[in-house]
Amino acid sequence: MTLELSHFSAAVLFSVFASAVFGVTQRNTPSEQIRYGLYCFVMFAGGVFVAGWVMWLLRH
Amino acid sequence: MANSTKFSAVETQKTPALPASPKMSVIAPAIAWLIPGAGHLIQKRWIRGLVLMASISTMFVLGLLMQGRVYHPNGGDILDILGFVGDVGAGGLYIVTRMQDWGHGAIAHATADYGTKFLIVAGLLNFISVADAYHIAIGKKP
Repeated sequence: MTLELSHFSAAVLFSVFASAVFGVTQRNTPSEQIRYGLYCFVMFAGGVFVAGWVMWLLRH
Repeated sequence: MANSTKFSAVETQKTPALPASPKMSVIAPAIAWLIPGAGHLIQKRWIRGLVLMASISTMFVLGLLMQGRVYHPNGGDILDILGFVGDVGAGGLYIVTRMQDWGHGAIAHATADYGTKFLIVAGLLNFISVADAYHIAIGKKP
């Protein structure tokens, strides 16, 4: 069984799992963990969009 | 008895830092490396342990399904050695993968490169999980 994800879905899955681990390990209380996990996810996913637009601008 | 039934998993997350336990400070990181999230589970941090276990294991399995490259210790190239260090962080998952000869030695297509990164990052995230389990064991973190 093989899995061929698109670039975007692979990046989103990566963001979800990495953010979950960062949230759990880098903060102490549950509310802080959720907040930091969401922050990391937004930063990861936002970084993908920013990098995508930068590459588009370089290409054009 | 009534108190123990009211003891929920969420309350476990609020448990204050315990005094340092020399035995647990060795066992917890070792178990955490071997089985992602288990270092938290044996210290009764149920939710944290399950989140770590699900995240790291799923990431590693997705990497394998995406035909990511599994690095070997004798890669020769310095980047291969770094890749191996990342992969080996997944502990038991990496050992089982090598024993079963899963994964690929070379990247076959573009998305397989993502799979390679998933495998490496799963291992690196487990290193963070190991450090966190140790900090809980020595009482540095609640």
